[in-house]
Amino acid sequence: MPEDVRTRSYPVGIAGVALGELERSVPDDEAPPLPPNARLNAIGRSTPRLNGPAKVTGRATFTVDVKLPGMLHARMLRSAHPHARILSIDTRAAERQPGVRAVHVIEHPLGRANEIPSPGEPDAAHRRVRYVGDPIAALAAVTPQAAQAALERIVVDYQPLPFVIDLEDARQSDAPRVFDRPVRTEFFLGPAPQLPQHGNVHGPDTSASRGDAAAGLRAAELVVEGEFRTQVQTHCCLEPHALVADWRRDGLTVYISTQFTAGIRAELAEAYGLPLNRVRVVVDAMGGGFGSKSRIGNYVLAAVELSRKAGAPVRLALDRREEQIDSGNRPSTVQRIRLGARRDGTLTGVAIEAYGSAGVALGASVGNFAQSIYECADFALEQSDVFTHAGPGCAMRAPGNVPGAFAYEQVIDELAERLGLDPITLRERIDPSPLRREQRRCGAERFGWSRRQPPGSSPGTLKRGLGMAQSHWPALIQINSSCEVRILRDGSVEVRSSVQDIGTGITTVLAQVVAEELGLTPQAIAVHIGDTDFPAGPPSYGSRTTASITPPARNAAYRALRLLMQVVAPSLGATAEGLIARGGRIGTADGSRSITFREAAAQLRNDQISAVASRSDDYGGFGRRMGDAAIGRMGLGGVQFAEVTVDTETGRVHVERVVAVHDCGRPMNPRQIESQVHGGILQGISYALFEERILDRHTGQMLNPNLEQYKILRARETPAIEVHVLENYQGNSATDAYGIAEPSIIATAPAVANAVYNAIGVRLRVLPMSPAAVLTALGRVPSRSAPP
Amino acid sequence: MLDKTPSDGPDAAQRPEADTVGPYAVPITLRVNGMTHTLSITPETTLAQALREQLDLTGTKIACDRGACSACTVWLDGAPVCSCMVLAIDVGAREVTTIEGLAAGEALHPVQAAFIEHDAIQCGFCTPGLIMSCVALLRRNPRPGEDEVRTAISGHLCRCGTYPHVLSAVLAAARAAES
Repeated sequence: MPEDVRTRSYPVGIAGVALGELERSVPDDEAPPLPPNARLNAIGRSTPRLNGPAKVTGRATFTVDVKLPGMLHARMLRSAHPHARILSIDTRAAERQPGVRAVHVIEHPLGRANEIPSPGEPDAAHRRVRYVGDPIAALAAVTPQAAQAALERIVVDYQPLPFVIDLEDARQSDAPRVFDRPVRTEFFLGPAPQLPQHGNVHGPDTSASRGDAAAGLRAAELVVEGEFRTQVQTHCCLEPHALVADWRRDGLTVYISTQFTAGIRAELAEAYGLPLNRVRVVVDAMGGGFGSKSRIGNYVLAAVELSRKAGAPVRLALDRREEQIDSGNRPSTVQRIRLGARRDGTLTGVAIEAYGSAGVALGASVGNFAQSIYECADFALEQSDVFTHAGPGCAMRAPGNVPGAFAYEQVIDELAERLGLDPITLRERIDPSPLRREQRRCGAERFGWSRRQPPGSSPGTLKRGLGMAQSHWPALIQINSSCEVRILRDGSVEVRSSVQDIGTGITTVLAQVVAEELGLTPQAIAVHIGDTDFPAGPPSYGSRTTASITPPARNAAYRALRLLMQVVAPSLGATAEGLIARGGRIGTADGSRSITFREAAAQLRNDQISAVASRSDDYGGFGRRMGDAAIGRMGLGGVQFAEVTVDTETGRVHVERVVAVHDCGRPMNPRQIESQVHGGILQGISYALFEERILDRHTGQMLNPNLEQYKILRARETPAIEVHVLENYQGNSATDAYGIAEPSIIATAPAVANAVYNAIGVRLRVLPMSPAAVLTALGRVPSRSAPP
Repeated sequence: MLDKTPSDGPDAAQRPEADTVGPYAVPITLRVNGMTHTLSITPETTLAQALREQLDLTGTKIACDRGACSACTVWLDGAPVCSCMVLAIDVGAREVTTIEGLAAGEALHPVQAAFIEHDAIQCGFCTPGLIMSCVALLRRNPRPGEDEVRTAISGHLCRCGTYPHVLSAVLAAARAAES
């Protein structure tokens, strides 16, 4: 460590419960400790979104609104077959169509598992398509209509091959193979360990196992078992995946709806062998990602390639069907759980066997939920991917932990009942988290948990039930996160970073952080982000944006302000160290002498002073480092309570009320946090009750590739929601702030499922909990899979 | 069938009263936010496309293009419609109001201001359409109950989950107008 280190005292603990102080040794150029929010002016306040006026007037520029002079329009040709060998592609007729400027044939598709080529073997002489919607080619024309018309002139000679859609069928040894050879994945999850592959089954991955689960289960006084099934959910971002690629001799500029401008830039530079300084990635307003807009995909490379060939900017936006069949999805899972406990609730052993399908990709995981949340030394997790001829899955809000928690929190609920314990009492015994202990107490009181009646005891046909479940998510940090703060000579201030605002509100939070440090109002700070011409910011996934970029923003503001104070100190007859910035003024700490911030800036010798800061390590150290990312020592928690009614005649489940208690370190903007928690809960209810990608096993076609038959919760199904956020200080960074997006969805589906069980006394282990599933569970209608 | 003589000029058969128009571009006039525009569009062009692509009124968003999500909501003579389900050529003399026509200069409509105040916005892609439906509701029912607000926005899809804040924003705007 080159810097000097200084020992400082930080607030630590939960405000209003137990707030203490902790000494930390931190680098000398870090901004000094921030007091708790109650003593701050900008941070911790519900500052209205700075981009609110642009968004409510329609002025906000989303990627789909970008229009460049001479811009061409691209469309993609996609496979109509779930599995086929492409014998030939003839694009000549399409190239001759009026208005067509470029055609591109996709040879090496991204975003899925790929067979590892054998040495000496020709590299895929004939490409295979492996799902309906698998992209084959793309072309650019002067209008979208001309592009679509020309697309239909591309002649593809397919040799259809046997295919398998159903997860259970795909596991059979004689099932048609999705891949003939071992695969590697180029996409999310990074370089996966080499796992066994038999037929379509890739795995098992047992890396999360510890101790001896079998012995632990033998030692149990009680064993609870269950098999759970979760469906495929699609992201359904309202703004489609879209970009405008502008390839020029002096460099490539890409306007793209993305969660990670800096990552897209790095991937494009690598793909085209360009230096980073020749690739610029820009996003202004961004219409939703939820995990699906994190990496470059086939559509991105196709548009860039077409722009290069045509010598003109190319716009490519997926239509809604393409969104549903080929923009990623949350993979399905099947989870068999055996959980052993002693009479006092102590877990003696847990064994989970899980498999699921991300179609032609890897990643059907149950996450790190079960392995992390409750204490159990003897734990086994065996999870496998099953390939099917279906569109590739990808990360979706709390990947793995959402299906994982749905299953595990129901098993815990069942264990509590078998032990004759209240579900909260059981968790008091097995959950080591002091945060969740407080969250359970707070939530139970506000929710009225004591009203809960024994399962199935609700009278009449409309049965009422109460349930609760917990959330766990790692505190992720992108270490490679930088931010610049500039103070301009007229007293105005700019924040610059490539970090993007995908609707979470980081624009406003950055302004609050810098305003707090400079003694200004957030409205006075101009936030310029979403552009790789600025210092590289973090991705907006993994609930890591706030934790990664707010500390460098504060440190940059602190350092820029120090520079300004050195300039103005002589005119105030003071030393720079003796000055403070507060209420739009810079002056001595005793308030005897001060000038306005604007007057101070006017003394600058140059037009601006600037400071760039990057994310330093957590003051208490990280739990683990993984390349550009790290995991904090303390996870993010959350407890949710749900009240439901179940109509036992129609099978309809209605969620009436949810109480959610969460933590995200130092809360930066309570109302924006509340908005995100609403989003997590509503997506969680939608996942629990309504959403399901339906593939026809006879054709491989998606039967609901739209927003009409693909059912999503709307206003009528929205319950009353109460959100409570703890102020949890850890003294870990210049802001001590963390994310909230993912913790807020994890507990929802199991809380609803536990409430449904409490209402009807029958446990639903399959998602979605549709009317048909409820009536089947109640024995009112025969099982769907049963013979007629 | 096109049936035209040279003296009619190229546009004669493309006027609305002709039996058949297209497939080539047709001139139409659209009254949008109090201004009259003359456009040349192919007959299959939707109102949403015409607004976005020809008039650069990109506040109107297209998300499903099939009338399932209401992101493209505009008013026709004051009534909210999905502009992706209306052909531009069928609008005729009706007045189109888009999100860009709602604010009076720099002054936001009270519902727009309430959306900011209550943080009824996340990514913001569905927001213009939602606001068009909510303002239309308050115009026909200045004092709606929560259930009436839910009904008014029941056709809208917001993937970020802003509904609770949309409800509170609209109810607050209605209360503010009353007092």
